[in-house]
Amino acid sequence: MSGINDFAFKSATVNGTGSASANTLLMQAIFRMGIPVTGKNIFPSNIQGLPTWYEIRVSHEGFTARPPVIDLIVALNPSTYPQDIASLRPGGYLMYDSSWPLDPKLVRDDVTILGVPLGQMCREAFTRDRDRTLLRNIAYAGALAALLQIDMAVIEQMLTENYGRKKSLLEANHRAVRMGYDYARRHFDCPLPFRCEPMNETAGAVLMDGNTACALGALYAGATVGAWYPITPSTSLMDAFKEFCQEFRVDPDTKLNRYCIIQAEDELAAAGMVIGAGWMGARSFTCTSGPGISLMQEFLGYAYYAEIPGVFINVQRAGPATGLPTRTQQADLLTMAYASHGDTKHIILFPADPRECFTLTVAAFDAAERFQTPVFVASDLDIGMNDWMMPRLTWDDGYRPDRGKVLDAAALEQVKNFSRYLDADGDGVAARTLPGVSGKGAYFTRGSGHDKHGAYTEDSAAYAEVLDRIRRKLETAAHTLPKPVISRQDGADVGIVFLGSSEAPVREAVVRLREHGVRADAMRICAFPFAPEVREFLDRYKTLFVVEQNRDAQLRALLTIETGFPRDQMIPVLDFAGQPMTADELVTAMSTHLAGASA
Amino acid sequence: MSSISKPSVRHPSAQKNQIGLSKADYEGAMSTLCAGCGHDSVTAALVQAFWELDLPPHRAAKMSGIGCSSKTTAYFMKQSHGFNAVHGRMPSVTAGANAANRELTYIGISGDGDSLNIGLGQLAHAIRRNVNMLYVIENNGVYGLTKGQFSASADLGSMSRKGEVNEQTPIDPVLLALTLGATFVARSFSGDKSQLVPILKAAMTHRGFALVDVISPCVSFNDHEGSAKSYAYMRRHEVETVMTDFVPLRREIKVPETHEEMTVVRMHDGSEVRLHATAPGYNPRSRDMAYRHVQACIRKGEVATGILFIDDAGRCMHDMQRTVPTPLAHLPFEQLCPGSAALNHLMERYR
Ligand SMILES: Cc1ncc(C[n+]2csc(CCOP(=O)(O)OP(=O)(O)O)c2C)c(N)n1
Ligand code: SF4
Repeated sequence: MSGINDFAFKSATVNGTGSASANTLLMQAIFRMGIPVTGKNIFPSNIQGLPTWYEIRVSHEGFTARPPVIDLIVALNPSTYPQDIASLRPGGYLMYDSSWPLDPKLVRDDVTILGVPLGQMCREAFTRDRDRTLLRNIAYAGALAALLQIDMAVIEQMLTENYGRKKSLLEANHRAVRMGYDYARRHFDCPLPFRCEPMNETAGAVLMDGNTACALGALYAGATVGAWYPITPSTSLMDAFKEFCQEFRVDPDTKLNRYCIIQAEDELAAAGMVIGAGWMGARSFTCTSGPGISLMQEFLGYAYYAEIPGVFINVQRAGPATGLPTRTQQADLLTMAYASHGDTKHIILFPADPRECFTLTVAAFDAAERFQTPVFVASDLDIGMNDWMMPRLTWDDGYRPDRGKVLDAAALEQVKNFSRYLDADGDGVAARTLPGVSGKGAYFTRGSGHDKHGAYTEDSAAYAEVLDRIRRKLETAAHTLPKPVISRQDGADVGIVFLGSSEAPVREAVVRLREHGVRADAMRICAFPFAPEVREFLDRYKTLFVVEQNRDAQLRALLTIETGFPRDQMIPVLDFAGQPMTADELVTAMSTHLAGASA
Repeated sequence: MSSISKPSVRHPSAQKNQIGLSKADYEGAMSTLCAGCGHDSVTAALVQAFWELDLPPHRAAKMSGIGCSSKTTAYFMKQSHGFNAVHGRMPSVTAGANAANRELTYIGISGDGDSLNIGLGQLAHAIRRNVNMLYVIENNGVYGLTKGQFSASADLGSMSRKGEVNEQTPIDPVLLALTLGATFVARSFSGDKSQLVPILKAAMTHRGFALVDVISPCVSFNDHEGSAKSYAYMRRHEVETVMTDFVPLRREIKVPETHEEMTVVRMHDGSEVRLHATAPGYNPRSRDMAYRHVQACIRKGEVATGILFIDDAGRCMHDMQRTVPTPLAHLPFEQLCPGSAALNHLMERYR
C-alpha cells in the first residue's frame, strides 16, 4: 500500500471557503494522467462555516471505495487539526498553513509536518480579500502537485479551460498554483515516496456523479414531466435534468420547451403530479430522499393499486427524520419495498455507480410503463453526489421506449367493451387506455375497491381477484428485471450478498479476502422483487454474509420475507454511520467471523 | 366510490347539441348520494353546462379527491376518463395530467373538507400555478362522508346536527382565492341552476384556474336550523351580486336585455361572458372591490353569488412553463432523445 499510484490524500477545510474547485482540479488532473481516481465529499449540513473534508483516492488497481488509510492531509481548518493529525497513518504527511503557528502539542513523531505559508503568500500576492481566500486553495493544489508529482501542464491546461474567458481570473489562478508548486519544490523533498506516474487506465472513462447520470437517464428515456420538492441529496438531480432539457429539449423555432418541470409545494404534491402525468401517458418522475418518500406513501399505494406508472428516484441519506442529511445510507429498503398501507410491493432498481444510474433510470421508465406501477431507483448520497470514475456512457439509437400495453383508438375499435383490469395475456398485466383518445376507452381511475372491469366494488371475491392479479404482475416483473450480478471463484464456500454503492468496497474486499486465503463469491442484487437466481445463490454457501449500510439488516430481512431463506443463516455486515464503507472494515468483520467460526 | 349504472333510455327526438349529442350523453352513473343532497343538483347543472358547451366528453378529464362531493365525477360524462384521487390531493394530480396533456378540458370537483382542510395547500398552489381547470367546491360546511364533523368552511357559531357549536373562524374559499391571485372566482348555490349553469360555462371557458364555490347543502348532516349551509339559510341569505350570461362562440349573439351596468369578458376561445352587476357599481374586474364586497356580505350574514372576479389576462401554467403547444405526452421520442452522437459529445465534458 501507499506507493506509486496507490495512495489517498484528504483536504480538511471549512465549508464555503471555495476548496471544491481545488479538489476537483487535483482529481481531474490525476484522472487525465490516466490514473484511476475517485473523490468523496464528506460535508456537513451547513452552507458556511463547519468542517468539511474531501478524500481523493488514487488506485492503479482501479478501486473506488473509500481509501483504507490516509497518507496525506492538507489541514486548513485549525478546529479539526487534532482530529486530522490523529487520522493519518504512521509515516503519513500533514501539510498545513504555516502563516499561523501550529500548537506543538499536536505534533506526532511518526508524521512529517510540512508547513506552507499559504495565507501569507496569498496576502502578499493578491489585493482583494476574496482572491486571498479562494486562491489559497489553488495554492495548496500547486503544492500538492509538486509533492505528488501531478502534471503541472495538465493542471494549467485545466485552469485555462475553466477560466479561459476571464483573463484576470485565469492569470491569478495560474499565479497561485505556481506559487504553491514553487514553494513546495524549494522547501521539501519532492516528490514524496507515494506519488503519481502517468498510466493509461482512464482513456475510455469519465468522471461523473450519479445524480447527473440519473438526469441523463431521464432525458434519454424521454421523460417529459419532472415534479419535485428540494431535498439534499437529490436536488442536483433535477437541476441537472433542467440543464440538459434546456440544452436538448427546446424547440429551435419557437424556443418553447418540450418538457415541464414543476417545483411542487411538497413531496405529496410532487407524487400526485408524477402520477397525474403518468396516467395521462407522459413519462414522469420525481427525485427525493427518505423524508420525501415518507410523504409520498399514500400516493404510492394509490398508484400501485390503480396501476399508474411513475419513476421515483430516491437518493438515500442517513435517517431517520432529518438524520444526517449530508451523509449516506441504504436504510430505505423496506420503506421502498412496501411503501404505503395495505398490500403493496414496489419495483426497485439498485444502481451501484453512476453508470448504472443512467442505464437503470432508463430501465425504470420501461418497467414503470410495462408494469403500470411506481418504480423506485434506489440511489444514495455516495453515488449521487460524489464523482466516480466510470466507462463513458453510450446510447443505442435503436432503443424505443417500452410503453407497455396501451390501447389506441384503432385497437379500441376491435374490442367490444373495454375493461381496464382484465388479464387477457395471463401475465398479470392489463391493458390501459389514455384519456382523450376515445369515449370507448374511458374508465374511472379509483383507489377504492374495483373489479377487473374497473367498476366500483365492495364484493370480496372481485376485490381479491384484482389484488391477486397485481401480485402475479409483480411476479412477472421479477423475471424480467435486471438479474443479480454474480462473481464466482473456484472452490468458494463463502457468499456475499449486497446491493448498490456497496459494490466498490465489496469488490475490493473480495480481492483482499483472497489474499488472506478466503475465497468468496459475491452477488449484487440489482432489482426487487428478487429474481429466482437470488434464492439459488443463497442456497449454495456454508457461510453467507449480507453487507448493507443500515442498522437493522433490512436487506437480510427482505431476503427472508421474499425468499423464505432462514434469516439466521445470513450473517449481517452492517455500517450505518453515514460514511461510505471501506473494504478494510468489511474484511475485518468477515475474517473475524470466519476465525471465530473455525476456532 | 360507489355508483349504480343507469339504464340508458333515449328519446329519439331528444334535442341534440352542435356535436350531435343529447343531454343523456353527458350523464354518468346513477348517484348513490342521499336523496336531496345538494351535490346531485350540481351534477345536473354540470350536465346541462357541458351539453350546452358542446364539449366532446372524451376530450375532458374529470378529477376529484375523496368525499361525497368527490363522487360527483362518476355521475356525469361517463365517456370521459375520471380520476378519483386521494383525499385533498386532486389539484396535484390535475396539474400533472395537465402538464402531460394540455389539450384536454379539466374538471375538478371537490368538497369543502377536501379542499379547505386536508387539501388547503394543494388548492392554494394550484391557484398560484394557475392550472387551466374548472375547480368546483361543493361546499356544505361539513364532512358528509365521515358523518358530520365540521369542516373548515363551517361558519362561526353554526351548529352541528348533534348540537355542537363551531367556535373556529371559517376559511372562505372565495376570499382565499381572491387573496391568492386566482384569475376566476365565482360563488353559486346548488339550488339555483339558472345562475349556476352560465357560471360553470364561463368558468370552463376561462383560461387558467377557475374556482366556483357552490353552496351545496348536506341534507343528512347540515340542513337543520342553526346551520349556515342549509337550503333554508341559503334561500333567505343569498344575494346575487353579478348576473351572468354566457354567450358561446358560434352562436348568434343576442344582447340580453339589461338595465344595469354590464361587463363583457371575451374568453380565450372567443366566446363572451356578460356580467350584469346587480350590486350597484360592482366591477367584476376589480379584485379589491370583489374582496370588499364579499366581506361586507359576510358581515351582514349574506352570501354574495355570481362571478365575483375575472382576470382574462392571466397566464396559465403552460404559459409560465413556456411549454410547446403539442401535448408533452404526444411528442415523438425522436424529439425527446438527443441520441448517441450527442451523448458521445457530452461525455467530453466529464473528462
Ligand atoms: C388521508 C385520509 N384521511 C381521511 C379520510 C376520510 N375522509 C373521507 S371523505 C372525508 C371528508 C369529506 O368531506 P368533504 O370534502 O367536505 O366532502 P363531503 O363529503 O362533505 O361532500 C374524510 C375525512 C380519507 N379518505 N383519507
Ligand atoms: S351525507 Fe350529506 S353530502 Fe353526503 S351524500 Fe348525504 S347529503 Fe350529500
